[in-house]
Amino acid sequence: MRVDGKGLIDRSQPVTFRFDGTAYRGFAGDTLASALLANDVRHVARSFKYHRPRGILTAGSEEPNALMTIGRGASADPNVRATVQELFEGLEARSQNSWPSLGFDLLSVNDLAAPFLGAGFYYKTFMWPRVFWEKVYEPFIRRAAGLGALSGEQDADHYEKAYAFCDVLVIGAGPAGLMAAWTAAQSGVRVILADEDSRMGGRLNAETLAIDGASGADWAARMVSELAAMDNVRLMPRTTVTGAHDGGTFGALERVSHHSNGVPKGGVKETFWRIVAKRSVLAAGAIERHVAFRNNDRPGVMAASAVRAYLNRFGVSPGKAVTVFANNDDAHRTAMDLQDAGVHVAAVIDSRRDAQAMGDYRLMSSAMVSDGHGRRGLEAISVRTASGVEKIATDCLAVSGGWNPTVHMTCHMNGRPTWQDDIASFVPTPGAIPGMDTAGACNGSFATAACLAEGAAAAMRSLEALGATSTEVAVPEADDSAYKIEPLWAVPGNGRAWLDFQNDVSVKDVKQAAQENFASVEHMKRYTTQGMATDQGKNSNVAALAVLADATGRGIPETGTTTFRPPYSPVALAALGAGAQGKGFAPERKTTSHAATVAAGAPMIEAGLWYRPSYYPLPDETTWRQSCDREVGWVRNTVGICDVSTLGKIDIQGPDAAQLLDFVYTNMFSTLKENRVRYGLMLREDGFVMDDGTTARLGPNHYVMTTTTAAAGQVMRHLEFVTQALRPDWDVRIMSVTEQWAQFAVAGPKARTLLNGLLDHSIDDDQWPFMSCGTVGVQGVEGRLFRISFSGEHAYEIAVPSRFGDSLFRLLVARAEALGGGAYGMEALNVLRIEKGFITHAEIDGRVTAQDIGMERMLSKKKDFIGATMARRPGLTEDGRAQLVGLKPAGAVKQLTAGAHIYSDGEEPMHEHDQGYVTSVGFSPTLGHYVGLGFVRDGLIRHGDVLNMVDHVRGIQTRVELCDPVFFDPEGGRTRG
Amino acid sequence: MRLHCPICGERDRREFYYQGAAVMLERPGPDAGAAAWDDYLHLRDNTAGDLDELWSHDAGCGAWLRVTRNVSTHEIKTVVLAREIKR
Repeated sequence: MRVDGKGLIDRSQPVTFRFDGTAYRGFAGDTLASALLANDVRHVARSFKYHRPRGILTAGSEEPNALMTIGRGASADPNVRATVQELFEGLEARSQNSWPSLGFDLLSVNDLAAPFLGAGFYYKTFMWPRVFWEKVYEPFIRRAAGLGALSGEQDADHYEKAYAFCDVLVIGAGPAGLMAAWTAAQSGVRVILADEDSRMGGRLNAETLAIDGASGADWAARMVSELAAMDNVRLMPRTTVTGAHDGGTFGALERVSHHSNGVPKGGVKETFWRIVAKRSVLAAGAIERHVAFRNNDRPGVMAASAVRAYLNRFGVSPGKAVTVFANNDDAHRTAMDLQDAGVHVAAVIDSRRDAQAMGDYRLMSSAMVSDGHGRRGLEAISVRTASGVEKIATDCLAVSGGWNPTVHMTCHMNGRPTWQDDIASFVPTPGAIPGMDTAGACNGSFATAACLAEGAAAAMRSLEALGATSTEVAVPEADDSAYKIEPLWAVPGNGRAWLDFQNDVSVKDVKQAAQENFASVEHMKRYTTQGMATDQGKNSNVAALAVLADATGRGIPETGTTTFRPPYSPVALAALGAGAQGKGFAPERKTTSHAATVAAGAPMIEAGLWYRPSYYPLPDETTWRQSCDREVGWVRNTVGICDVSTLGKIDIQGPDAAQLLDFVYTNMFSTLKENRVRYGLMLREDGFVMDDGTTARLGPNHYVMTTTTAAAGQVMRHLEFVTQALRPDWDVRIMSVTEQWAQFAVAGPKARTLLNGLLDHSIDDDQWPFMSCGTVGVQGVEGRLFRISFSGEHAYEIAVPSRFGDSLFRLLVARAEALGGGAYGMEALNVLRIEKGFITHAEIDGRVTAQDIGMERMLSKKKDFIGATMARRPGLTEDGRAQLVGLKPAGAVKQLTAGAHIYSDGEEPMHEHDQGYVTSVGFSPTLGHYVGLGFVRDGLIRHGDVLNMVDHVRGIQTRVELCDPVFFDPEGGRTRG
Repeated sequence: MRLHCPICGERDRREFYYQGAAVMLERPGPDAGAAAWDDYLHLRDNTAGDLDELWSHDAGCGAWLRVTRNVSTHEIKTVVLAREIKR
């Protein structure tokens, strides 16, 4: 119910929302949870395992019960905690984990079967019989598992990633955080203050504590507005710092649009930040813990601090006759606040013998709540005192078992928290995160005065470490009352007393784990699933530890904690992966001929990030093979044009350029004359082939190396390594120019005819023999011409600066078409090179040596080069290795397939009889049959042998004849002629 | 994790390519023998502490760096340009 005169909500702005189809009203400034409580909606969820009715337990991000689905369709968000969901006009929330309805849920029979479903139930039950594993158990477990459900549709909302940098990051904007940010900001350093709440101030907004005589909430609001006005301060509300990582990097999730009805056009739903901070101050506060007793999970049983938050911040009393159950002084303020607001307090039950009443209410000391009554909502509690059990009517029980400092972030880099006896909880271990100071409640200092003082002190330490000049700031006056507590974890008695509300783990389950020797805290956690739900045990970890410690006869510090890992609270994968979906994951690299190629109707294939044409179909062609065969024919008989710009191009200059090439290639390049091109083979240092390609010498100290498309990046990095790390004494510079030059192959008997008339000066065989290169004028543009061939034909590659690529491609194709040829794609390029036995990375796959591909003679004996020593080790040179061969069909089946394996005659096609494998195949229209390349054991000396090819995947089997890999024009007359 | 590139300044580790132990800087001569080459290519100390490593600022200036890093805590001790080491 609403309470007049209380709260920071805007009562002039009513807001309408729906929960499970029913319309309700709240106010601007409400959370979904506070608005539901204001409307007396107490039963809001069903628990995960036993489907027990549950209500709102907390007022913060630690909420284990009130998980809801917000919105509809593709943009619906499951598992949103109602306690952090800001209310907006038209909000639609639905309960989860219940069927057919929240009030009547069929799976609540699990609760009746509870004696059979305790800890370790899964491990013990789903074992036998084996045949049940897939058909019975798995469907059953899958149906019952999981909280909430995704829409199954593509999430159309936009998420972003962003980076921020600062000198001091302050995490949490309660009294300690505000004071830290304020103190740091005075010195002029860059400050970021992040808080998960929409309204900064932390507990100051939820309590009636005064600072410097004013209300804490007003003080916080004033500090926030003053900080907001400073240029060196960035306020990040609605931003949860999720993790502390190496080098002062923090992850943070900003909920940008969750407080509005849908993401505004052009806006984002969430932003995942990486914040880099030189120093950080953790002021993350503390989380109130529950006490385990029978039926302590009834809707209406809440954290005492949450009851105060709903009353003081939202003007809502969760009950009409409230009881308080506590083991500390702090919780008594709940009764005081409620009474001040005119709410009836039925009793305060305190487990301590010496408990003192702070005001005029009924105090029952040395007493414990032993049971909660009312299945769908609390109606009464049983209180056990020295004189017996008394039943007290109440619709809301405010429970406090004390406070757990939020130490999570201090443990993200392998740190472990330290047990502190006087507060019966864990506190951060100093120095656990380099550069991080802790202040306030997360440090175990609960009084407001201590929070303010520690916040200022932590900021001063940060400033000192930064070497910034600090200004002494006055710490305001505030409440300094001591925090008195006597540990109480679980009320003894029969029945199920709940520890982990989200995974339905009871005191009994933890004890059973200990009994079955899952006594280590990590084992207990996994056996009972305590702390493994989306709240990661924020409400239950310490209490569960205490119960385990008790059951195993150890102390809590010896029992230890489980590992705290990022993220602090759940982060959607969409936010973590922002910017990396679809084309963000694999950007498109397009050549300069892309537009003309797409316009010609060519289907594109991906080669790494590049897009290259598969083939260029003509109108009467119905299959890719028709196009491919025709394009191969063009190159063999007239002339074809192909964009080869994707090959890596590395410009190498300097007096020691030749030495570098001699060192990275197996063969000699210092002997290469100017205006000549040479094929080169590159090894890795372990002796295996890294890459191959041609290198042209353009001037005395100027070379251009080409690499394969696939290895361009690897080769560039390799050359950088050689020049920087191995031979920094050499005077040579390298630069990738792949994208600076557009390069096209002009291949076929009419290649020169095509070029003459296009080039500013015509060329002939004398000036431009095979493997020559040089500068040419192309329609007035300075370009480069290389007489090299990847097709075995009389061919050239012509390069111009990229900005001329599109027009040159169109010109080349038009001239080729006039000669009876045209553009060709990757399919034809592949057939042409297989016909000639030229290798690609299908062959040099990282396991292949120079000897394996028949290039042993390219390993120069006159010099040292990368891979020289290891290429000659026995394992790489002895007989029995698979070697490159040509393959042609020799049986009834005329098809070859890449990936097929080769077996000896008369032997079973199985691994132990493997003789080799097929790497590349294509149908050769030139020869009228399939041609293939592959690797076969000792293949170099087995030409003429006929073996079996078996493709187990495609179900194809045939006989193949091993032959020389050069199928066409082995003398090379066409290339040179 | 962040690395201080001597050329570009402090950058996120996503800009860097990781190679492994800086042993690769000490390339044996062609006649050093099989054992030396085996050591150079294949054998590495499994240190739980400071390790000299090679990183390349791939998405930056392309510099190869020798980074001394505590592999247990990820603390970066020193970053030196590889080209400065041989000089």
